[in-house]
Amino acid sequence: MARCIGVLALQGDFREHALSLERCGASVREIRTLQDLDGVDGLVLPGGESTVMGRLLTEEGLMEPVRALCRSGMPVLGTCAGMILLAKTLPEFPDQPRIGCLDISVVRNAFGRQTDSFSTELAVSGFGGDEKGQRTVQAVFIRAPIVQDTGEGVEVLSCFEGRPVAVRQKNILALAFHPELTPELCFHRWLLEQ
Amino acid sequence: MEKGSLLLKGGLAEMLKGGVIMDVTTPEQAVIAEKAGACAVMALERVPSDIRKAGGVARMADPDRVTSIMKAVSIPVMAKVRIGHIVEARILESLGVDYIDESEVLTPADDCYHIDKRKFSVPFVCGARNLGEALRRIAEGAAMIRTKGEPGTGNVVEAVRHCRIVLGEIRALCALPEEEVAGFAKEHGAPLELVQKTRELGRLPVVNFAAGGIATPADAALMMELGCDGVFVGSGIFKSSNPAARARAIVSAVTHFRDYKLLAEISTNLGEAMPGLDIATIPAEERMQERGW
Repeated sequence: MARCIGVLALQGDFREHALSLERCGASVREIRTLQDLDGVDGLVLPGGESTVMGRLLTEEGLMEPVRALCRSGMPVLGTCAGMILLAKTLPEFPDQPRIGCLDISVVRNAFGRQTDSFSTELAVSGFGGDEKGQRTVQAVFIRAPIVQDTGEGVEVLSCFEGRPVAVRQKNILALAFHPELTPELCFHRWLLEQ
Repeated sequence: MEKGSLLLKGGLAEMLKGGVIMDVTTPEQAVIAEKAGACAVMALERVPSDIRKAGGVARMADPDRVTSIMKAVSIPVMAKVRIGHIVEARILESLGVDYIDESEVLTPADDCYHIDKRKFSVPFVCGARNLGEALRRIAEGAAMIRTKGEPGTGNVVEAVRHCRIVLGEIRALCALPEEEVAGFAKEHGAPLELVQKTRELGRLPVVNFAAGGIATPADAALMMELGCDGVFVGSGIFKSSNPAARARAIVSAVTHFRDYKLLAEISTNLGEAMPGLDIATIPAEERMQERGW
């Protein structure tokens, strides 16, 4: 039976994540309420506005259950706003509601406003590729965050201009960019392989 | 590295989906909107219902108003320019706004042509009443489309009509035999290439929001039910008796648009909605939706 991946569907580009996952052969469930979490094998926190998702996660009573799933070892992929929601520390917005179980410190909108958004080729470790174990992916950064600091056990998989933009801590993978807006499927496949 | 591409412009619109974009006129209102869960705000001199009352020529907002709102919130900030006003758009781009709305709510500056939006690095959203109009705007470089509705009325009927027309025309296009597609493009005044792309996708090639007359959580949920990707709320929030509560309720309604028990709960005790206008009482020359070509 195909593994069932839940995509948080409170706001943002959850449809694009669902399409990427379906291309990988996953069965996809949109997560809006507590009941939707039953029986999922993995979880995606999509791009969107982290402030909106934080408010709705709290209101729906989803914050603590999602946190528990992250801690249980379930594979979790967060992109952009998803990375912000996973970050343990947000120095500029310490009170912003979030899941916070990935030991990183994140700066929101770190590259500036929309006119500073960019796409670039990026070498990422840990997803196959060349003899050095690096895969080149097209990375789309939209009002993107950046990882300022990482705690113990956090692996930096890719940097842009010397700053981490892809990190993993055990079962949790966080990206500052949007693979779901490109044909790249390696990150979604990772969710299914865990 | 690439900046200002269609992927990046449309990409931000993808991130706004399932969200509510709220009109605000002050930094204080912007903060209320952000706290309530707005996915972006539209910085304006006046909300549409006040523009309607004031009459005269409505223009781009004072740059100071726009920048003070940009400083007040961490979510994307949009602002409006007059149809065809290339320089107002360049000014807003220089301020660093995240999206420009080339909007019929303001008085048009050009009665023949819209802005060539492909030349800008900032993305644009434009209003449309039918598929041809939507695809003409996309051809000019719009990275996001919204229904026009009838702004400042608190009356959802025109937004519903425009949404049904656009989506209905897409359904009709998809059902056509191949040899009739070029004729369809001609009839709708839309570029053939975009008509073919729409037919292939079964939807508009960019994100499609609802706008123009949305005043209640149920209105917002209705537009989602009809197939819109998200909603703009103009006068509906800050012209109601309890803006913070109404804003929160509309955000929840867009996410949970098919959860009717929840919609009942969040629609309870919201206070007065904005005063509504019957479209038939607005003379044809005062209907904002007629602006744009």
